Amino acid sequence: MKFGVVVFPGSNCDFDTLHAVRDVFEQDAEFLWHKDHDLRGADCIILPGGFSYGDYLRSGAIARFSPLMQEVREFALSGGMVLGICNGFQVLLELGLLPGAMLRNKNLKFLCRHVHLRLDNADTPFTRAGKEGQVLRIPIAHFDGNYFIDEAGQDEIESRGQAVLRYCDEEGRLSDEANVNGSLGNIAGLINTNGNVLGMMPHPERASERILGSEDGRVIFRSIIEHFKETG
Amino acid sequence: MKIRVLVSFKDSVLDPQGQTVKNALHTLGYDFIQDVRQGKVFELEMEGVAPEQLERVIPEISDKVLANPIIEKFDWQIIEE
Repeated sequence: MKFGVVVFPGSNCDFDTLHAVRDVFEQDAEFLWHKDHDLRGADCIILPGGFSYGDYLRSGAIARFSPLMQEVREFALSGGMVLGICNGFQVLLELGLLPGAMLRNKNLKFLCRHVHLRLDNADTPFTRAGKEGQVLRIPIAHFDGNYFIDEAGQDEIESRGQAVLRYCDEEGRLSDEANVNGSLGNIAGLINTNGNVLGMMPHPERASERILGSEDGRVIFRSIIEHFKETG
Repeated sequence: MKIRVLVSFKDSVLDPQGQTVKNALHTLGYDFIQDVRQGKVFELEMEGVAPEQLERVIPEISDKVLANPIIEKFDWQIIEE
């Protein structure tokens, strides 16, 4: 399986992400420069974390105009797997591949810490290696992760099981306290209706090796690889 | 010609930055301040655009780029003919 990690000016988790898929999971992987027009045969595109274009205008708002993003958009619309991590999630929202928008964290602080996440839908290509209700411990690092969508949109997301990951406490309970950034419905990870595009604020690449303090992020990469092996 | 576009959060969206500014004003004793909403200002200089074209183009630009219509609204005016 081949991963393509998109690099924008200001991306800063691109090397970590490449390391995770190439060295930890031993898959073929390469960087894709945002100005190119070629996905180089990647089976899964990852939009990594960082501050693309310095977060000018709004987080992720300028990255969506990059030439390569037009290819990524078409790839996603024709069923290709796309994973957006942190800033990558914000780009997917701005691009309209996922519904809703991000607001500044409720306490107006940049949050950089491990959080607990409840896996609420294990029936997706990105989460199938996990179990429903499982609690994952994965770090976040963002300023704009306060997920927002209007009421009708929220009803739609909830009725279709699109809220894949939610901020919770150690026991998997949802509470305002555990909802560190104020996200609507404690949403930390969101999948599209076709199940081939996932956006998540937590960084699975920072939780894929024991030396990093958690291996819970492996669930995401393992799921993608398993899914690809099965469906090719 | 110069156009000023004002982008701010929709009324239904919480604006924590505006709230923080309000609290700061209260700390200074300006208790009569009821609410503060924070926004962004864009000044667009343009040439060769007919006034009737503006009515179409400015909302288009605002919806596509300057504002995120899910959380933000916009308003605009001509500030220099």
